[in-house]
Amino acid sequence: MRLRTTLLALGLGLAASPALAAGTLYVSNEKDDSLSVVDIETLEVVDTIPVGMRPRGITLSKDQKTLYICASDSDTVQVMDIASRKILHNLPSGEDPEQFALHPDDRHLYIANEDDAIVTVVDTESRQVVEQIDVGVEPEGMAVSHDGKWAVNTSETTNMVHWIDTATQKLVANTLVDQRPRHAVFTRDDSLLWVSSEIGGTVSIIDVDSKEIVHKISFELPNIHPDRIQPVGMELTSDGRTAFISLGPANHVAVVDAQTYEVKDYLLVGRRVWHMTLTPDEKLLFTANGVSGDVSVIDVEDMSVRKTIKVGRYPWGLAIVE
Amino acid sequence: MRRTGFLAALCLSTALTALPALAAEKAMQAVDIGWLSKERDLPPVLSNLDEIPADKGVAGARLGISDNDTTGRFMGHDYTLTELVVPLEGDVADGFRQLRDSGHRLIVTDLTAEELQTVAALPEAADTLIFNAGAPDDALRQTACLANVLHTLPSRAMLADALAQFLVKKQWREWFLVIGPATGDKAFADAIRRAAARFGAEIVAEKEWQWDHDIRRTAHEEIPLVTQDVDYQMLIVADERGDFGEYIPYNTWEPTLVAGTQGLVPTAWHKVVEQWGAVQLQNRFEELAGRPMRPEDYAAWAAVRSVGEAVTRENTIEFEPVNAFIRSDAFELAGFKGRKLTYRPWSGQLRQPIPLAAPRALVALAPMEGFLHQTTELDTLGYDAPEVDCDR
Repeated sequence: MRLRTTLLALGLGLAASPALAAGTLYVSNEKDDSLSVVDIETLEVVDTIPVGMRPRGITLSKDQKTLYICASDSDTVQVMDIASRKILHNLPSGEDPEQFALHPDDRHLYIANEDDAIVTVVDTESRQVVEQIDVGVEPEGMAVSHDGKWAVNTSETTNMVHWIDTATQKLVANTLVDQRPRHAVFTRDDSLLWVSSEIGGTVSIIDVDSKEIVHKISFELPNIHPDRIQPVGMELTSDGRTAFISLGPANHVAVVDAQTYEVKDYLLVGRRVWHMTLTPDEKLLFTANGVSGDVSVIDVEDMSVRKTIKVGRYPWGLAIVE
Repeated sequence: MRRTGFLAALCLSTALTALPALAAEKAMQAVDIGWLSKERDLPPVLSNLDEIPADKGVAGARLGISDNDTTGRFMGHDYTLTELVVPLEGDVADGFRQLRDSGHRLIVTDLTAEELQTVAALPEAADTLIFNAGAPDDALRQTACLANVLHTLPSRAMLADALAQFLVKKQWREWFLVIGPATGDKAFADAIRRAAARFGAEIVAEKEWQWDHDIRRTAHEEIPLVTQDVDYQMLIVADERGDFGEYIPYNTWEPTLVAGTQGLVPTAWHKVVEQWGAVQLQNRFEELAGRPMRPEDYAAWAAVRSVGEAVTRENTIEFEPVNAFIRSDAFELAGFKGRKLTYRPWSGQLRQPIPLAAPRALVALAPMEGFLHQTTELDTLGYDAPEVDCDR
């Protein structure tokens, strides 16, 4: 009830805010088998695109002409043409693809197959599976380093970060982290890897060279039991100063100083917040709120929630076309 | 909207050494967990829709082994399960000794309370860790004080408290209790009475189920009479075997909701649980066992996974540190119920949320919001520390 009133108040405040950059936000709706398309200038939903079953992770090609969609229950990765908003074809993905990461070569997708304890590497040009790599139980988070050397996967039940050398496509090291690791992000200089542990309630900062944990961030909110504070999605700003960490059923996004690892603020968003994305100018942050079925729009400059946009059921992943 | 000033605790972790890719290059270390259960001669029940599977419980332990093994590949630990099912006429103590003689000190059991107490008291059990994945009896947790036993199956009091919290929150406080003839039914009814007193509900009437004929053809005639002339909001049925309870809904005199062992059921696990990544666990189990996961399967899975967590985190296969770790504050298990699971030091009970399941939908997950506790709301379910006087 309180949340609703607050959001209404914010909606009123919108008229006074400055003009927003152009662009289009795509949101995958896990329980609607669709993507919501949001105009970033007006912050309105302008289209809904039917896609495969249980869409979760979505990511763009470098030229932003193609969107890759993990259609988990269709056991495929769909390739959508951004211009026509039509599905062009499906890629072999292995069973139950949940999250993926595109290698900087713009060609190889690293896909986490949640039900199979496998990471599948797919060549998007030849549409062939290049490699399948055994990892831990329930692989989830996927990230590729900016220099393209490392692909990492987090396995939710094995509680490990699996390090894959992209030159050989072999698993070469593992780092044990806290319970149920969900998401991994490399810093821009590829020196550190951030990994969120949903049930452990922590974010581990791992040194890429030694593969060892160098810091652990934990969170604290008044009136919310620590067990309910469950870090999932993470976004790092390009200047390396700020990290946004979504806290799942705690319904907040933590704002963290990425240098000192100090938590500076908690922003109230929708219910069960999953993944997030920054606009290219990093002025806005969008969060997918699974249970409330909406997207919160956070103004990065003054760290406030500007608007809530109703999308489909169980929004999960986001991607922005400039 | 904006909250400032709450600084998160920042802690420097003990630096974990990165682990090698696969442990194949070094010798794998064996972690062999024992399984002890007994054949049962179960009396027939009226409803035969859900047969009691032959692999009840042990199928969950097998899945736990497979989950552990996936991690073990990277750590150099090879998990196995030695399954010992005592025959109908056999002696569980002999079975236990047999496992102990073959070197097992970590043993998961699906036994009755009496059998569990027998094996836990054996001299051979002194330096073992036994997981109770089959007996819901509260006495095991509250008065038996079995120091070498941890309970992964929720107790009846936990189930009853979960249901009571939900009903009280809904303001459905007037309960009519119908109790079956089995010992377990009476124990379940006791737990319901305790929960009513604890959370402020009232048991306005109680009736014992007396019919021993096949009610399936006559439920529409007899159940209205049993439930007539009672002023209540909620009918709570205590029929653990599932003998007559399924025939109560829609046959009552008044248009009443039914909960307890049938209708809306509090349970350790149910096929309707799909949040919190549970779909993956359900899928893995279905693939392995060819049927939905049952509460006993979940309890056995949690027991085996507890061992796996301790072996992984401590990076050892030695009994003492594994046993100590599971009982320590550092232990936590991700159990697909939305929060970490730990063991209560005073009773050895695994703390866990309790799903309240309708046949085809999850209705709630207890503890319900608003039932507070000074340490964790999970301890609002079942016997709390001050109610247990055990020197563990």
